Amino acid sequence: MRDWLRKQPLGGIKDIIAGYSSVSLLYDPVFIKKKYALTSTVFEFIKEKLEEAWQSSPAKPTANEGELIRIPVCYDGAFGTDLDHIAQTKGLSKEEIVQYHYERNYYIYMIGFLPGFSYMAEVNKKLLMPRKINPVTVASGSVGIAGSQTGIYPLQCPGGWQIIGRTPIKLFDSEATVPVKLTAGQWVQFYPISKEEYES
Amino acid sequence: MSLSVIKAGLLDTIQDMGRNHYGSWGINPGGSMDPYAAQVANMLVGNCNTEAVLEIHFPGPQILFEQNAMIAITGADFSPMLNDEPVPPWQPIVMRKNTVLHFPKLKWGARCYLSIHGGFRIDQWLNSYSTNLKAGAGGLGGHPLKKGDSLSPKESVIYFAGLLRKDKNSRVLPWRADTQKTYRFLNEIFVIKGNEWDQLNASAQDSFLENNFIIHPSSDRMGYQLKGVEVSMEHKFDLISSAVNFGTLQLLPNGQLIILMADHQTTGGYPRLAHVISSHLPKLAQLRTSECLQFSITDLQHAEELLEEQQKELQILQRACKDHLNELVCRALT
Repeated sequence: MRDWLRKQPLGGIKDIIAGYSSVSLLYDPVFIKKKYALTSTVFEFIKEKLEEAWQSSPAKPTANEGELIRIPVCYDGAFGTDLDHIAQTKGLSKEEIVQYHYERNYYIYMIGFLPGFSYMAEVNKKLLMPRKINPVTVASGSVGIAGSQTGIYPLQCPGGWQIIGRTPIKLFDSEATVPVKLTAGQWVQFYPISKEEYES
Repeated sequence: MSLSVIKAGLLDTIQDMGRNHYGSWGINPGGSMDPYAAQVANMLVGNCNTEAVLEIHFPGPQILFEQNAMIAITGADFSPMLNDEPVPPWQPIVMRKNTVLHFPKLKWGARCYLSIHGGFRIDQWLNSYSTNLKAGAGGLGGHPLKKGDSLSPKESVIYFAGLLRKDKNSRVLPWRADTQKTYRFLNEIFVIKGNEWDQLNASAQDSFLENNFIIHPSSDRMGYQLKGVEVSMEHKFDLISSAVNFGTLQLLPNGQLIILMADHQTTGGYPRLAHVISSHLPKLAQLRTSECLQFSITDLQHAEELLEEQQKELQILQRACKDHLNELVCRALT
């Protein structure tokens, strides 16, 4: 839907954001009312556009066609600060947690919350973990799990996801032409690297 | 030739009307908390409303102007002074070089805006001047103003010295913005119903509308935490994250409310009870922590009409300011 909307020559649109199961249109109502000489509310006009987008978009998401991005992760205890906690809670060994995490590919449903923060799913059911009640400071590049989602923190910030490793890849770089490395619709494949490889 | 920061304020950041089109990357629009005051600041000095302004909180900064300039200060009244002379907000001011602008006393409001004729000379990041503090990009290198920073205006063709009397340091120009309509009944905030409004039972809805809420001291550019009567939903449920906006009212798990402000995150998973109408965002932005507010429901049509009215007033103001400025400059040249 978002892609269909982006192709429409609609003035006054400030942004189109796709969530897990929603598409949001941010718009300038005064500009649109004037440009299209509307007599109804601008909301009605935008609602019609969204309905048109819904009718016109392909029924199935073309998820399988998304690009696959490989992300190296160091799952060492120094970086995977919650591995012990997950191991105890789920009755798994750390090696099992790591393997269950990297052995499947994840679809990026959306980017939100922070610049470049990717919401990916679904983790192996054995790894389902709730968010922390009290967020702690999370290092940039930390890979985490919350519910059935996995994701990577692109910046250092307070966070509530359970941290299992860290990637040396920069997910957000304000100086790059395209500051954000991952986008919705892509697939991610994590692969383990050693601490030495991480540091080099 | 520039402005230099002698003393930094609590939080001074370069802002404009926001960074649009990058929400899909998790980069939120940001921008001025009080978009009305920011636009008027630019208009008073004859700028386009897309120029950068400096958003100032209290305590404000001390800024030395190393060149003659025309400025305007709008929004909150922090008793602006040029050296030891008080100057009024909401009017353009021509000032002589080597003058210090400072803000000794908070009188009204929460944030004010400084504009300069010609606009500030700043690099854009992703097509906007707004400072994104989380990303550390945009505005002045992604950070608030600090001591020793300097700002420059873009080139101007106006010979400001010609507008000043020889014995005076500044001259307040005689046109001013009439802001009475925008900020009256400051504590009454209109909202439209949000997606999850109907999940509240009738008594919770009434309670929301009948009670005052206080803006908690932890409130900031990201959001206003409200303290007040607990609002509860009959059936608690987790929402799937979707886009949120400046003015969205979320219901937190502890029954308290938060209004998302200019630096809100792009997406959120808490129930959206209501949305503050766009034309009331300036009022909201000028409410200080520990002040109270009360909500009233209105419908989309009325909300759109109020916004249209506000924009029409701004357009009239912009034309009037341009005319006044042209006339002033022509007279000075003859």
